[in-house]
Amino acid sequence: MPNILVVEDSPTMRQLISFAMKRISNSRVIEATDGVDALKKLSSDTIDLILCDINMPVMDGLKLVSLVRGNPTFKDIPIIMVTTEGAEEDRKRAIAIGANAYLPKPIQTQELIKMVNTYLGGSGS
Amino acid sequence: MVEKETSYLNKAEEFIQMFKKGEEFTKDILRENEKLRFRVAQLEETVERSGDEARTKLYDERIRLLELELNSLKDKFIEVEEENKDFASKYLGVEEENNNLANLYVASYQLHSTLDFSEVLRIVVEIVINLIGAEQFAVMLIDDKTNDLIAVATEGIHASETLRIKIGEGIIGRVTKEGESYFAEDLSVMHDFNAFEPIVCIPLKIKEHVIGVISIYKLLTQKSGFTNVDYELFNLLAGHAATAIFSSRLYTQSERKLTTIQGFLDLLKDKPKR
Repeated sequence: MPNILVVEDSPTMRQLISFAMKRISNSRVIEATDGVDALKKLSSDTIDLILCDINMPVMDGLKLVSLVRGNPTFKDIPIIMVTTEGAEEDRKRAIAIGANAYLPKPIQTQELIKMVNTYLGGSGS
Repeated sequence: MVEKETSYLNKAEEFIQMFKKGEEFTKDILRENEKLRFRVAQLEETVERSGDEARTKLYDERIRLLELELNSLKDKFIEVEEENKDFASKYLGVEEENNNLANLYVASYQLHSTLDFSEVLRIVVEIVINLIGAEQFAVMLIDDKTNDLIAVATEGIHASETLRIKIGEGIIGRVTKEGESYFAEDLSVMHDFNAFEPIVCIPLKIKEHVIGVISIYKLLTQKSGFTNVDYELFNLLAGHAATAIFSSRLYTQSERKLTTIQGFLDLLKDKPKR
């Protein structure tokens, strides 16, 4: 059962992503409202994939990615950025910091599911 | 003695004659046998030939039937392939519809999840950013006192930049007056910000009563145009956001009034008796 951590300050987006993730068989969604909350959830749960926004209060997504990549326990967890920042330089920066993939909002649910399945090693739903 | 000799000679002659006859007979039999063998060979050849022809005919018939079956299977395969394609495209359509409904459900659920006015405005802003993909926009409501439109929430622009807009004035004023959504013809042309020239303007309506508008001035870089679900979301916002904003504003006002009245009552209760 893959555990997916959704890090997003917007309740609307959290609910929408959680909805989409329900379509991935046996997945469990754990929600976090910002980077600090995400680090707490990473310590208390076994996480298989992180879906992360960039613009968030307290700790933004890019800082979270760099902290996750710098931690030997979490460094191999795939991270997909889901953000309103659609410029190419933003994408490059996120990938350079350690994100595996970059998905600009508004998201296409099918694309998100396909991407998550790719990083979870699944065949798609 | 001579008689005996003659008798022996006659017998010998008889024997020779018999022997000749026997020879003749044997030759006849051999000839007949040869003829029969030839005939048998002929018959065998005929039978064999007729067997081959029958087999060939049978094979030809079988080939013809197999070809018919193959063609029918080919036709069926094409038919099934077409059906498959049709199902695949239907499946994609259902998937898309499903995703769109999920978006609408989430938007609607969030809009009606609170009675706090500022919280409702925050949710409207979230929906317009995250689900529609707008970068610059304003939520404007009709001011009860002046009857002008004023911004109550903005994104990407400062509230002061949106100015006050009179009902009937410009695109926004006209949308407020007529209650019909406005979509610029070419969304790819992004002008510098102009408070009077949105690319999209959606009236917030409770039945036919317009309480305000959502004016979008710029879309996110990655958003090149609107999809069907965007128009559905605009419709949803026009109705549900209006109801949520209106009811939360009334609730907040009534809460405030209740607190004031409660304060008065407490003051009256606490008033020392003379």
